[in-house]
Amino acid sequence: MLHIKCPHCGMRSQNEFSYGGDASVKRPELNKEISDEEWDNFVYNRKSLRGKHLELWQHLSGCRQWIKVERDTATHEIFNTYKADEEIS
Amino acid sequence: MQKYSIFNLVKNAFSNHENWDLAWKDPTPKEEYDVVIIGGGGHGLATAYYLAKEHNITKVAIIEKGWIGGGNVGRNTTIIRSNYMHDENALFSEFGMDLWRKMSQDLNYNVMFSPRGIINLAHSDAQMNTYARRGNSMRLNGIDAVLLNREQVKEIIPMADFSENVRFPIFGGLMQPSAGTARHDAVAWGYARQADSMGVDIIQNCEVTGFDVTAGKINGIRTSRGNIKTKKVGLCVAGSTNILAEKLNMTLPIETHLLQACVSEPVKPILDRVVTFGAGHFYISQSDKGEMVMGGDLDGYNSYAQRGNLPTLQHVLTEGIAMMPFLSKLKMLRTWGGIMDMSMDGSPIIDKTHIDGLYLNCGWCYGGFKATPASGWTFAHTIAQDRVHELNAGFSLNRFSTGYLIDEKGLGTKTWIS
Repeated sequence: MLHIKCPHCGMRSQNEFSYGGDASVKRPELNKEISDEEWDNFVYNRKSLRGKHLELWQHLSGCRQWIKVERDTATHEIFNTYKADEEIS
Repeated sequence: MQKYSIFNLVKNAFSNHENWDLAWKDPTPKEEYDVVIIGGGGHGLATAYYLAKEHNITKVAIIEKGWIGGGNVGRNTTIIRSNYMHDENALFSEFGMDLWRKMSQDLNYNVMFSPRGIINLAHSDAQMNTYARRGNSMRLNGIDAVLLNREQVKEIIPMADFSENVRFPIFGGLMQPSAGTARHDAVAWGYARQADSMGVDIIQNCEVTGFDVTAGKINGIRTSRGNIKTKKVGLCVAGSTNILAEKLNMTLPIETHLLQACVSEPVKPILDRVVTFGAGHFYISQSDKGEMVMGGDLDGYNSYAQRGNLPTLQHVLTEGIAMMPFLSKLKMLRTWGGIMDMSMDGSPIIDKTHIDGLYLNCGWCYGGFKATPASGWTFAHTIAQDRVHELNAGFSLNRFSTGYLIDEKGLGTKTWIS
């Protein structure tokens, strides 16, 4: 079982979380001309990296906050967790 | 190639079966091929076989990083079916059913195809209506479908939970009598043996490290065992599609996820159908060895690990026990995981790409094994003729941008909940 450190609540088991997918995907800006390609990349296309992957999780059975998790998709090791609005350097 | 027959079996018995030919050779890569197939799984092997058989293209190499049949073709739950509602999936899979029925004779290899029927259980009136609609769609496409009521289901699978006060009572089910199972390894080995006998080079332990693309055209590939020149490359690498796509600067509507399966200890024959639970995601059949073969949901997060995590297994087996309580008495024998190429609408992609000579076969989600022959057949056609066949015309790469999605379940783009 994965153990995810919620930045609000601390270390919790995977059972309390629900997955939200690739966190590097950015919605095209509002009120701007959006090309079909940009829209495709937002809705459908994913890099699905092998290795370090930044992803969204929601602490559904806890504080219900969305968080960002940096996890290895090959080893399942979790390197770091961040608040949803936290800037990641 | 030595034919497998009763006469050869007897003949070889006299020499203690020590003089059988190797089923396939272990060649060193040549400098150039007409077609290179990347990925020595079921789909790659089948593609090479149909390239040789249907299109007379035999200067073909299959490049496999590990060993053939070591990926998803050896990790699935062996279910074969064509119970789809949408035309693209239905016609494609039904074409495959025909190839399955002839496969053992065609390959001179017993793939133990067992058309025992699949039953999708329904647990509400609404679900019965949905199944009636799906069954009608199937029949319009020439696929056998039978809507069963509760009593009829009880006659076929009396070991399921038919008591009154269960959370998900069985209302009935949709059965495809011609669906079934096959011996998955035999499918890989049968295709490999025939492809090899027609001149295809099966190159194992050879990792693709890069592609030579100039002016939008493929000229060759780079591998851990040297460079290979070719004008046509077919990608058949399932869960590793994104890794190779990255080397080609392509981003695809595919995510790689982990799916687990498991078998119980072998028990005496009790279940002679494939059965799926309709209130969750769980499927079960009994192997010829007596093991109960079970599977269900994805682990739920992007993963390239070919091993699973216990919370999902517990969740899946809870559904199994709700459906068939006797399962709780069985001991678990083995569990394993495979990595799935989950597409954004749940349907596959078999298409050309923007790179001339590069062909794509991916997005098989939960249904890769049963698609093996049809996928190989249509992919071989696409590569040989440089155009898609009408059977895979719907499985285009650009359907996501044009809006022609084939979303069988209507679940949208969250691959991990589909």
